[in-house]
Amino acid sequence: MIEIRNVTKAFGGTRAVSDCSISLDGLAISGLIGPNGSGKTTLFNLITGLLKPDSGEIRFLGNRIDGRLPHEMAALGLIRTFQLSRVFPRMTVLDNMLLAPQDQTGESFLSLWTRLPRIRKEESENRERAVELLDLLGLTRLHDQFAENLSYGQQKLLELGRALMAKPKMILLDEPTAGINPTLIRTMIEMILAMRERGQTFFIIEHNMDVVIEVCEKVFVLDHGEKIAEGRPEEIQKDPRVIEAYLGL
Amino acid sequence: MDLLLHLCVVIAIYAIFALSLNVEVGYTGLFNFGHVAFFGIGAYTSALLTLAGIPFIWSLPAALFMAGLCGFLLSIPALKLQGDYFGIATLGFGEILRMIVNNEVWLTKGPMGLPGIPRPELFGIVFDSLPRYLVLSSGFALLTFSILAFVVLSPFGRALKAVRDDETAAEILGKNAYRFKIKSFAIGSVFAGLAGVLWAHYTTFIGPGDFTLTETILVLLIVVMGGKGTFLGPVAGAVVLIVFQESVRFLRLPPEWTRLLGPLQQMIFGLLLVVLMVFRPEGIIREKGAKR
Repeated sequence: MIEIRNVTKAFGGTRAVSDCSISLDGLAISGLIGPNGSGKTTLFNLITGLLKPDSGEIRFLGNRIDGRLPHEMAALGLIRTFQLSRVFPRMTVLDNMLLAPQDQTGESFLSLWTRLPRIRKEESENRERAVELLDLLGLTRLHDQFAENLSYGQQKLLELGRALMAKPKMILLDEPTAGINPTLIRTMIEMILAMRERGQTFFIIEHNMDVVIEVCEKVFVLDHGEKIAEGRPEEIQKDPRVIEAYLGL
Repeated sequence: MDLLLHLCVVIAIYAIFALSLNVEVGYTGLFNFGHVAFFGIGAYTSALLTLAGIPFIWSLPAALFMAGLCGFLLSIPALKLQGDYFGIATLGFGEILRMIVNNEVWLTKGPMGLPGIPRPELFGIVFDSLPRYLVLSSGFALLTFSILAFVVLSPFGRALKAVRDDETAAEILGKNAYRFKIKSFAIGSVFAGLAGVLWAHYTTFIGPGDFTLTETILVLLIVVMGGKGTFLGPVAGAVVLIVFQESVRFLRLPPEWTRLLGPLQQMIFGLLLVVLMVFRPEGIIREKGAKR
């Protein structure tokens, strides 16, 4: 689905991502791990258009996407979440969810005056879906609160819910379980697995190896911007290069 | 009685002006420090056209179109800038416009201003008396309020709020932030133009002195005090600030005090703002969804 070929990105003299090639073809949930500063988030930024690669190419469903603008990615079916959650703080939880669906007729100023019935219909469909997802995420009770009033873990769940509302073909999750309590980690994992059953694909940056082993089919390991290993999570754990990168032995 | 009617007319006009700015500041997070420019463009366009004999029913849409067009054209380059830099660009535009009005004497009569602007006539009714003008201006205020409330509560308004809260996150969700900001700015400009038109035909005299930075600050105060990002806030702010501003003018003070009136008014404004920001920074009206 996502095809990364020989991508390099340098900041000044540091190569954050170096000649990296990753193929996510046929994988429902793939993981991306590596020590801090190994270039994982940079790679996500490259895929989602927040950064432009210096060289190499990135394809999504066969189309070249590197160098495109971030807002075009969502239309192609690629949505991400952030390491530090980025919900819309002064919007209600429900509005955060309702914002995400793509191609909303009501987002065109002209259509507001000419296609009101259609807008109403879309809104009520989206609302139904949002209510269902909020229920799965355990956020129903908070639907009319500003997102800034949610706990950090709840915000991360909301961000996942928001990504799902966009009905993307692929969701990139940047450390979905970092800094949140075990109960919410459980909710997060259940949600990801439930959505996989519905055919959703994910690409996940994760430090928590238990989570990686539980959800990922295949893992890619980055170190100093280079891909040093890939394989099934159980194999990866035993790989000497990975152990060396993590423990610095 | 006349004083009360006058007060209501001014409140209605400033409510429109503040509602238009609220779309930009409150809902889109665009701090526009040159908003008075679009008020001025509306006022001058309609004034010049009616003085040239064109009926109000045509000068009004022409003025709104001019204000909207100028807003649209300004926003294309200005919105390439972020945050403070955008604010400074709009501030500059406001000043440039005032200079043009001051210096292009062939068009605007410069500092002499435009006297004798005719009272508006719509559908055979001339709005020449205070009560009639109040009906006209509050009718337009109500219309502005309804239109803008409808817009900000729509999915379009929701996208504006998202851009205000976190532009990058909005982009990641497929919203073209730049375009939404341009639209918001143009909409705000159109309604600022409407307020300007009503102002010009109410006072029947306009000059460059009516469109200074002070006006922008006043309308920003109205929005922030009233509660930005709420649709009743600018109306509440307009009532409070205009009543205060206009009533100080009519206080029965001993004659030797009258020269202190202007500075006194400014001081009380400042004090009011400080008190409000300390005790209720979100303004008179609070946004829905805040802490229970």
